[in-house]
Order: sequence, then C-alpha cells, then structure tokens
Amino acid sequence: MNEAIQPLPDGHGSVTRSDAVTRSDAVTEPRASASGAEVVLKFEDVSLSFGDQVAIDHVSFEMAPGSTRVILGAAGSGKTTVLKAAIGLIKPDSGRIFLLGQEITSLDERQLFQIRSRVGVLFQEGGLFDSFTVGENVAYPLLNPKSDKVDLTLVDQKVTEALRFVELEETMEKFPAELSGGMRRRVGIARAVVKEPPLVLYDSPTAGLDPITANTIMALIAKERETANTASLIVTHRYQDGQVMSNFRYKSGSGLLNLEHVEQNGSGGPKITFMVMDEGKVVFEGTQQELEASTDEYVVKFAPKRP
Amino acid sequence: MLDFLKSPIEALQDFYILTGRALKSVVRPPHYIDDIFLQMDIIGVGSLPIIILTGFFSGVVITMQMSRALSQYGATGQVGMIVCITLVRELGPVLTALLVAGRNASGIASELGSMKVTEQIDAMRALGTDPIQKLVVPRLVATCTMLPCLTVISDFVGLLGGYLIASLQLGLSGSQYWTAAYQALAYNDIVQGLLKPFVFAFIISLVGCFYGLRTTGGTQGVGLATTKAVVSASVWIFVITSLLTRIFVNLH
Ligand SMILES: Nc1ncnc2c1ncn2[C@@H]1O[C@H](COP(=O)(O)OP(=O)(O)O)[C@@H](O)[C@H]1O
Ligand SMILES: [Mg+2]
Repeated sequence: MNEAIQPLPDGHGSVTRSDAVTRSDAVTEPRASASGAEVVLKFEDVSLSFGDQVAIDHVSFEMAPGSTRVILGAAGSGKTTVLKAAIGLIKPDSGRIFLLGQEITSLDERQLFQIRSRVGVLFQEGGLFDSFTVGENVAYPLLNPKSDKVDLTLVDQKVTEALRFVELEETMEKFPAELSGGMRRRVGIARAVVKEPPLVLYDSPTAGLDPITANTIMALIAKERETANTASLIVTHRYQDGQVMSNFRYKSGSGLLNLEHVEQNGSGGPKITFMVMDEGKVVFEGTQQELEASTDEYVVKFAPKRP
Repeated sequence: MLDFLKSPIEALQDFYILTGRALKSVVRPPHYIDDIFLQMDIIGVGSLPIIILTGFFSGVVITMQMSRALSQYGATGQVGMIVCITLVRELGPVLTALLVAGRNASGIASELGSMKVTEQIDAMRALGTDPIQKLVVPRLVATCTMLPCLTVISDFVGLLGGYLIASLQLGLSGSQYWTAAYQALAYNDIVQGLLKPFVFAFIISLVGCFYGLRTTGGTQGVGLATTKAVVSASVWIFVITSLLTRIFVNLH
C-alpha cells in the first residue's frame, strides 16, 4: 500500500518543492504511478465512519482531467464527507484516495498542504473568513502557503480578475457579513478558482438559495469549467444543478446568466457523470440518459422524468 | 459496562493531543506574531478594568473581615500580612483566573466554535494554514503572558484596597501596613503566585480552544461549547489550585 508514497521521504522539504514546480504538468502529464495516468481524483474502495455512524461505505470512482462529476443525494448521505475526504480533511478508515496523482491517505497535514493548494474548494457554509475583507479572502490562497512563491504585484491583478469573473469587483473592500448569501457563494467561487486549480470541488453550491440565484451560481460553475477546462466535482441535492451542467454551456462574451442550450446526445456536449449516494453507498453511477432511465425508487427522486 | 466513562476519557485523550500539538507548534514556524499581539490586547488589556475592580474590592473585603478577627487578639497591626498572603498565594491568582475564564475561555470557544460550524476551520486547512498554529498558539501564548501580569496587578490593587481600609478604619500608618505586607512574603509565595496563573492560563486557553474546535451542530452547538468551556475551565482552576497549594504547603 505504501509504494505510492515512496517518493515522499520524511524530509518533505525538497520533494514538495519539486511538486510545486511540476504543478502545471500535473494534469496534462501525470506521472505514471499506482494511481494510473490521467486521473485528478480517484477513490478506491473508501469507507469512513464517525463513531458508529457510517458516513461513506465502500465508495469508488475516478475523475479525468477536465471532467465533471455530479454527486446527488439526500441530506446525510455522505456527500460532504466524500468531498472533505478528497482533500484529506478527514482520513478514511479504509481504502485509498489519489489526488492529482498522489496517494493522500498516508500523508501528514504538512504534506497535504502542498497538494491541497492545487485544488479549489467551495464549502457548503461558505467558509469565508469573517475577519477578512472580500479582497483579502480571495487573495488568501495566493498569499498563504508561504512556500509557494507568488509574485506580489500579480496578486492584486489576480484577485481583481477572480472577482470580475464572479462579477463582484465592487465588493472588494466589504466584509463577508455585508453580502447576501448568493454573493458570499460567489466570493467563495472566486476564492476557489483564483489559483487556476486543475480541480475544483463544490459542496452544495446552491443550498439555501432562491432558484434565480441558484442558476447564477451554476452558470458561474459552468463558466469556470468552460473557460479554464477545470475538472469539477459538484455535490448537490438538486437535480437541476446537474441539468445545468450537462445541458448548458457558457456563451463567452455574454453576461452572467447567458447559457447556451446544448443537446446532450450531440458530440459537442460536456462529458458529465452522475453519481447518486444513499446512506454512504453509491447507488447509481452513469450518464444523464442512464440516470433519467433509472427505475430505482431512490434514484428516481433525483431525476424527474422529462415530460 | 464502563461505557459511561468512554466519552470523558476520549475527550481527555483529545485534549492531550491538542495540548501536544499546540506545544509543538509554539516553537515551529510559521509564527503568527500579529495574531499573538491581537490576542494579548483582547485578553490582557481587555480584562484590565474588571481585574482592577474585583482585585480592589477583594482587598477591601478581606481587610474588613480580617481586621475584625484580628482585633480579638489585639493584632490588627498584622492585617497587612494576612491580606498579602491571602491575595498573593491564593485569591489573586484564582479570582483573576476565574474572571479571565469567564471572559476569555468563553470568547475563545465561541469564536472558534462559530468558525468551526461555518467551515472556516476546514477552509483554513484546505488553504494551507494549520488552525493550531494560526488560532490556538496565539491564544495560548497571549494568555500565558498576560494572566501572570494581570494577577500581579490584581494583587497590587488588592493590597491598595486593603491599605485604604487599614488606614481609614483601623488607623494604621502606611509603613505599618506595608512593612507587615512586605515581610510576609517569602520567595515561595512569589513563585506560587506566579506559577499558578501560568498554569491557569494553559487551562483557560486550551480548554476554550478545545471546546471551540470540537463544536458541532450549528449555532446551538456554539452556545453549548461556550458554556462547557467556562464551566470546565473554572472547575479545573479549582482542582489545580488545590493540587499546587498542597505541593507548596508541603514544601515549607
Ligand atoms: N463531524 C461529524 N461527526 C459525526 N458525524 C458526522 C460528522 N460529519 C458528518 N457526520 C455524519 O455523517 C453522515 C454523512 O454526513 P454528510 O457527509 O455531511 O452528508 P451530506 O453532506 O450528504 O448531507 C451523516 O449521517 C452525518 O450525521
Ligand atoms: Mg453536506
């Protein structure tokens, strides 16, 4: 089990440094390792419980660079746990997780910092720092891991760019508490993508939002996917979110809400995999057509038949 | 059969782990100096008014009580000694610690607790910052430096309060009072009077952080964590002071 971490001796200084250098190659040219080439995230028979409460139960899946995966499931089905385990915030009890070509289950927190800094995360509760302004929040991923050298003059520019991406440039100096729920979510997205990560994880991006704001958020996620070709893992209880991801495409040069309808069966449609979870177990995995054709009682709840 | 012991023992174990990691992080970079100063300001300077007020009145009250008792032996001249020993050895450290526990163990637990339930702690870890280093260490260092200072101030203000009563009510001269107070102090008392607040500071900051960081269950959980932090910090302060006093009394 430990071969995968062979190149990581205890003195992690030198290795992590070289990791940072190969950052851009990580996706286009993953090292041939036990994790297999061309995967940004892979779960291998992962189980995790909190005391007696089983949160995820023998979950396996993998994501290719630039791919989209939507995890559907009721509250408490283990969606957030999957996402947190993916970046090593929670350790699984068994199974292995590979993130950007590295086996992370046996790494310690300091080694994980290096890998996590290449992944964007939008937390369900937002996770914006109350004591920082919006601008400082978005700049945090660029400035914080002191090992990553980011040109200070570039930081301002990148922060402005990321905030412009979510169309919230004018809130730079505000505090998160002064923003609406939808705006906070958008700032969260700006912070998640500011470093141009090859993989972004979104935890219930539309939870607690009105339908219009929810669509804006999904449009932003689609826009990030189209413009940066980011692999996206989207955890949600709303099937419409998945629908937006698979049936719409961001129209460049247009406003926030302008998505273009694409036919899924056409060859140009985005590649997207759906996964349905129930009490920690994966009960469905497949394409949108397969999901809509499913007759499983639980799965059907998440995929209303087309009229 | 011993299932009811499982959760307190697990909690104690988690507390040891947190303590160990915090102590390791104190010496390991990165150091968040700005956060240490900010916490010193909140914990130290912020607690000053209440510490001065209660310190003064505890001195006043002890002097009034003791002067009555001492007058039966015609020894009111020695009141400075009694006040000084009571304050420096026990009452100063314990009262100050209890007040700081009420003010800051709760503050720490509720602040970290709300950060926990809004996933700010997770976000911090996801963005490459160790919450122990960024949140726990500054609070630990700030409390450990400020609480002994606050205790010294409280002791001194208490002695002043005592002097006020001694001169107004008992008609003692300044030199009578202060000489008795000064001569009462042995080296042992000073050590004990400074060691106690240092240990209490550990308890207050780490208990606050501990309950804050393990908050679950939304805003309701934050309230619960805050209450637990204050109650258990206060109880531990009494347990520890009994143990330390026992050790120091035996040293004589
Ligand atoms: N920190 C925790 N401590 C104890 N149980 C937890 C914790 N986090 C999640 N759980 C439990 O794990 C299960 C899955 O939770 P979660 O992944 O948050 O579900 P979802 O995000 O799909 O709503 C739930 O039953 C939940 O109660
Ligand atoms: Mg969740």
